[in-house]
Amino acid sequence: MTTDTASSHVKTHGRYIGAGLPRPDAWRLLHGRGRYTDDIKLARTAHVVFVRSPYAHAGISAINVTKAASSAGVIRVVTGKEVAALCQPWVGVLTHLKGLKSAAQYPLAMERARWQGEPVVAVAAESRAQAEDAAQLIDIDWEPLTAVTSPDTALDSRSPVIHPDLGDNLAYQREVDTGGVDEVFAGAHKVVEATFRTSRHTPVTLEPRSILADYNPAERQLTVYQSTQVPYMMQWILAKHFGLKEINVRVIAPDVGGGFGTKIHIYGDEMTAVALSMMLGRPVKFVSDRLESFVTDFHARGHLVKARMAVSVTGDIVGIEMDDLYGIGPYSGYPRGSANEAKQVLNLVGGPYKNRVYRGRTRVVFENKNMYGQYRAVGHPVACAVTEGLVDLAASAIGMDPAEFRYRNYINAEAYPYTLVTGPVFEKLSQHQAHEKLLDLMNYSALRLEQEELRRQGIYRGIGLAAFVEMSNPSSATYGQGGASIASQDGCTMKLTATGGITCAVSINEIGQGATAVVLQIAASAVGVSTENIKIVIGDTDVTPYGGGNWGSRGTGIGGEAVLQAGKALRQNILTFVALLTETEASVLSIRDNSVIETLTGKELMTLEEVARTAYFRSDKVPRDFSPELVVTRHFAQKTYDGICTNGIQGCYLEVDIETGFVRLLKHWVIDDCGTIINPLLVDEQIRGGVVQGIGGALFEECIYSSEGQLMNGSLIDYLVPMACEMPDIEVGHVSTPTATSELGAKGAGEAGTAGAPAAVMNAINDALKPFGVCVTEQPFTPERILRALGKV
Amino acid sequence: MNNASEVFDIRLTVNNIEVVQRVLARMHLADFLREELGLMGTHLGCEHGVCGACTVRVNGEIVRGCLMLAIQADGAIVETIEGISENGEISALQKEFHQRNALQCGFCTPGMLLAAADLIARNPGANREEIREYMSGNFCRCTGYQSIIDAVEVVCRGKAGVQQGGI
Ligand code: FES
Ligand code: FES
Repeated sequence: MTTDTASSHVKTHGRYIGAGLPRPDAWRLLHGRGRYTDDIKLARTAHVVFVRSPYAHAGISAINVTKAASSAGVIRVVTGKEVAALCQPWVGVLTHLKGLKSAAQYPLAMERARWQGEPVVAVAAESRAQAEDAAQLIDIDWEPLTAVTSPDTALDSRSPVIHPDLGDNLAYQREVDTGGVDEVFAGAHKVVEATFRTSRHTPVTLEPRSILADYNPAERQLTVYQSTQVPYMMQWILAKHFGLKEINVRVIAPDVGGGFGTKIHIYGDEMTAVALSMMLGRPVKFVSDRLESFVTDFHARGHLVKARMAVSVTGDIVGIEMDDLYGIGPYSGYPRGSANEAKQVLNLVGGPYKNRVYRGRTRVVFENKNMYGQYRAVGHPVACAVTEGLVDLAASAIGMDPAEFRYRNYINAEAYPYTLVTGPVFEKLSQHQAHEKLLDLMNYSALRLEQEELRRQGIYRGIGLAAFVEMSNPSSATYGQGGASIASQDGCTMKLTATGGITCAVSINEIGQGATAVVLQIAASAVGVSTENIKIVIGDTDVTPYGGGNWGSRGTGIGGEAVLQAGKALRQNILTFVALLTETEASVLSIRDNSVIETLTGKELMTLEEVARTAYFRSDKVPRDFSPELVVTRHFAQKTYDGICTNGIQGCYLEVDIETGFVRLLKHWVIDDCGTIINPLLVDEQIRGGVVQGIGGALFEECIYSSEGQLMNGSLIDYLVPMACEMPDIEVGHVSTPTATSELGAKGAGEAGTAGAPAAVMNAINDALKPFGVCVTEQPFTPERILRALGKV
Repeated sequence: MNNASEVFDIRLTVNNIEVVQRVLARMHLADFLREELGLMGTHLGCEHGVCGACTVRVNGEIVRGCLMLAIQADGAIVETIEGISENGEISALQKEFHQRNALQCGFCTPGMLLAAADLIARNPGANREEIREYMSGNFCRCTGYQSIIDAVEVVCRGKAGVQQGGI
């Protein structure tokens, strides 16, 4: 039983692992005592504001900054050429995504702007208001050009080519074919097919992107405070593109007000703020406003997928075929590329099911729209919606209950590790268990009866299921092997302080998900001390070990293991030292409640304070040939698989008002398997937050562009996000299958909710609409789309 | 250059301290609190009145600090997250938020707490649906809202029953 393994993991690692404790570091946030980038004030800070392209595609024939330059408070106005002289351009490709192409991108557009919102001119002034005033005075002569705004036509010969040097607008393409596809479809008992659309949406971190760059020319030292998920990636990028020595670049991530992937990319406006700090020799702050966020924070998930599934008479999936197309921005994102959604969609359509006959194609095209790339659960919600949408259609086509259909098609429990036809390996999923647990939790059969009963009264409720898989704990296959210096390993340095406290510096980051608390609990368990005696140090390249930071659901799984190993090593060093001092064997000693004890008798030998005092101040008591090492560092990388797959299943219960098309969410359930759980309180609310983000995509969120490439709803007034009153209660349960690739056994949990929720909502809506014989497959499922499907508008 | 750059002297009480300050006519209250007074607990998530991160209390009513000009607060009593934290008014709410992890990044949290305190003061008997409705002026991108609603509900229940100290 996997659950037993999990609890034995917990036992070995002491009382904090698995405990649902409140996060100590949340206390200051509850008192308005957080410190986000914009809260940091440095003397002589200049504030930078950008003039952005109002066109999706336009030539820039002249820029007149004279009036702006002499406007009150203005320190400097810069255009693209001046910034390019300091900052090398970048190209968003990765060598292992064969064929991914992009053009050189500069911090500010020069001859041509390629999306509405692309920064063109920067104004630095004594205050932000003065910079904004001056920005109004800048004259740019534009030559509007035809914009590429539809992925469907981006590859037509009539469409302009955004980067003529690249030949066409195809950024990336990949195909997989196992063979035998045409045969199984020809001979299948039933074939179902549909076209699924997911909309382009934007992550909307509540704290906008923010950076405060402080360059000291006297020592060629650049210190950057930034709302980032990846301090070391930023250090690499800043050193590389500004020609600085890496050791002279320090990146500090203070409190970060949400990440979700937004804050792992390179942005021209942020690079320009750094360039200005170098030009001016003074601190420069840029804080994106919400309107800028809409047209610059990387978008994601605007896919069009045509897919079909073949099933046997007994209800087995015998073949899947799919064709995916999506439009990115005018460049592939940097430094991670914009093709990861393609990879995930192609790899993961088919989800946790045992089908082996598959043909898939994915194409990524350039568009004159905002930049596009990794956002929470990269590609997974798309793959899940396609798979689970087809599964429901297939079940319905053969008249089988959708739960039963899923259950019989899951990969057999004994088949793990299971290699997908597309390449990745699932170490071990617990799909059957998760499924059974979910049906229990939601009381599936009773719900079906209730649904039946209400239907007779003209109330249309739907039950939707969505089994999901979610890759986490990525190896170097994701970026490092493609030439990007983005670490897949993480490190932890633990130190016994002079009074017996512990400091624990880690390379993963706090972005609200609770990394600090997770690290604290692991460290406390591993060493054998109480959490009050540990201080976590996070988010500063000058003081933490080297590591990857937060992306790809890797913080706990990778960083947490480094913490566990560092804690165990420190514990061992302390015990060895005390054994020497007390003339005994380290193997008979333990650390409990901040003291070294004899394991058998429980007798206290030395408190950690005494240990530290002896080591640091009373070397006279330490044997001449022995040096107590009370600082240790350990690193961890997951090297066995490309990633560790987590899994689970979601259920959604909702009501569709067939007169208005409105959807009312009644209840949502999730069973998730993220291996060893460090803190269930944090995991559960993170899963709920993920579900709500997924629901946002399913019901509300869509960046609507005009055919000229203008974002039509780029404000929080027009772009709908989920608010408390529209959201249901979300019940979360767990199965625990620890990964065998680490001692801790933890897998990612941050993205699972988002991966499965849209599919669960879609299936529930379609289940509600079943009596009318219609279905919707185009997200978001707005009242209008539902009414259209019902033929009412 | 224009009216926006005109300056005015304002006198107001912020967190029980009297403040006299010269401000630009166009400066909004949240910027005033953050930039002039260094009260960084009031956050800016949209500056167009939707997200609620900038929620503060003016003369006992919660307002969006980004939609009110600093000069409109002339003569007013202004309270921010710092003030109502320090005077213990919302200690029960803070405790319940903490216990339930009703925050992740914490950027929405000061606004949430001000809104919740307002609800509890006005309608301590609010049921779950009413709480969800009332809290819908505040956007949270991290949590699933549930833990926030739970925390407010628990404090409401405490409040609706025995009257006790802080909310
Ligand atoms: S910042 Fe005021 S409502 Fe969003
Ligand atoms: S906790 Fe991050 S926005 Fe609410």
